[in-house]
Amino acid sequence: MTTDLTRADICAVAIADAFRGDGERLCNPIGNLPLIGGRLAVATFEPHMMLTDGFYTLMDPTGPDDVPPINLPEPERIAQRTVAHWNPYREMFSLLFHGRRHVMMGATQVDRYGNQNIAAIGDWLKPRRQLLGFRGAPGNTINHTTSYWVPNHSPRVFVEAVDVVCGIGYDRAAELGPVASRFHEIRRVVSNLGVFDFEATDSNGIPTMRLRSVHPGVSVDEILEATGCDVVVPDQVPESRLPTPDELETIHRLDPKGLRFYEVPAS
Amino acid sequence: MPGPDKRCTEDEVVAELESGMTIGIGGWGSRRKPMSLIRAILRSDLKDLTIVAYGGPDIGLLCRSGQAAKVITGFVSLDSIPLEANYGVARQNGTVEAEEWDEGMLLLGLTAAGWRVPFLPCRAGLGSDIPKLMPNILTVRSPYPTVVGDVEENEELIAVPALELDVALVHQNVSDSSGNAAWLGEDPYMDDLFVRAAKKAYVSCERIVATDELASVADVTHLRIARMDVTGVIHAPNGAHFTECQPDYGRDEAFQKRYAATAKSDEAWVEFRDEFLDLDEAGYQAKVKELQA
Repeated sequence: MTTDLTRADICAVAIADAFRGDGERLCNPIGNLPLIGGRLAVATFEPHMMLTDGFYTLMDPTGPDDVPPINLPEPERIAQRTVAHWNPYREMFSLLFHGRRHVMMGATQVDRYGNQNIAAIGDWLKPRRQLLGFRGAPGNTINHTTSYWVPNHSPRVFVEAVDVVCGIGYDRAAELGPVASRFHEIRRVVSNLGVFDFEATDSNGIPTMRLRSVHPGVSVDEILEATGCDVVVPDQVPESRLPTPDELETIHRLDPKGLRFYEVPAS
Repeated sequence: MPGPDKRCTEDEVVAELESGMTIGIGGWGSRRKPMSLIRAILRSDLKDLTIVAYGGPDIGLLCRSGQAAKVITGFVSLDSIPLEANYGVARQNGTVEAEEWDEGMLLLGLTAAGWRVPFLPCRAGLGSDIPKLMPNILTVRSPYPTVVGDVEENEELIAVPALELDVALVHQNVSDSSGNAAWLGEDPYMDDLFVRAAKKAYVSCERIVATDELASVADVTHLRIARMDVTGVIHAPNGAHFTECQPDYGRDEAFQKRYAATAKSDEAWVEFRDEFLDLDEAGYQAKVKELQA
């Protein structure tokens, strides 16, 4: 382990691993650490995924070093992107209805079935706190693979039941039946403490949240204490893997200003 | 042959509007919003408006002024400031009715209105709380069977209702005097769809050029709005301020911060309104120039 390895770097690698095996489709992380992780995947083990420039085009970097850093000022963002496709918002909806996309969104609340809320806290009709609205979450989750990133793992985020279902989880998908839900997949929930997948089922056979790994320095008890919903805990919970030296170098290149530490502090 | 001259002012547009109307507003978040037209509405006594938009400060301002009774949106955001605080306060106080759709649903609702069909089907929204919380969002069963493995089913889909607008307001970079208009950035947003979804559409623009200059200032693929669908054209240089209007100008972040602070107190709102909203567009633009000097 190099001396400057941080929890944020572990998170970046866990996020990248969520895209592993996706092949030729759109890698569409939203938020700083998801962007770092998604671009890391494309710069290393998933080179055939396409990337968004964050706005209106899809990029095809000419090689690993051409995957641009996140959060560049506007002139550099334009200069450093290798444009492959025009992707204005209307085309993004067309693309996501078609389904060749894996998005990683944030979640203000998430439950054991992977239901996600970004719309409002409290009663939606007159919320205690208005958030973003439903944005693209209903369409994303019913049409293609979706993962979530939670930088502040707590019982207020991992809840028994979300206040508003924006992104739909496996119980809602099961209610719709196998035809309507055939494109639904919640792949991972990556947090600052660990990684969850849905490779377990509840007593009704519905996929449910399973602790996949804990980040180094975090105990299983600690993560369960910070989780307000039931999760399946296997007998052996591995530690999240460490970045390779090459991955670490790439993370530093993708995030030279250290924006990842605003989400997951270094100390 | 040249089309009719439809040039008019913001205040002439507002004189055509009525309380209770459904108004669609183009742009996206805090990008290319027809702000000079919004400012004219803010100076008027129009009320009980229903606003349809990929929302930004347009919705925030009309909630703050109390003129929006209802909004239909996919989100309301200032982009660089993720949450629109004036909209948030209005929601939390229950002073505005909301329909918060999936963003893709909004695209289909506008398209349906433009095509004069009552709905368009999609999968987005199924299983989410949208059809549970918004009782006017219904589903439709496909007349065609879908076969998946050994299951055959007439699929149930969300029937996104047509978003029929009384009026659409959009801002473009360039237009001729009869409403053939083009955007010059990288995204048309849904502006042309708002125009077709509306009974009357008003296009504000940075520059008005002769029709025979249009194809030399904009690539033909950007000439998305045709004069047949346009009621009025407003010459509004810097008209999208403080939202961005690429490539002509970026967002005025300092001004946007100042606007966002109006959610904090009634005093802050009154002060902002006195300084920037209770004056005509020329006065507003002069103030902005002063601030930027």
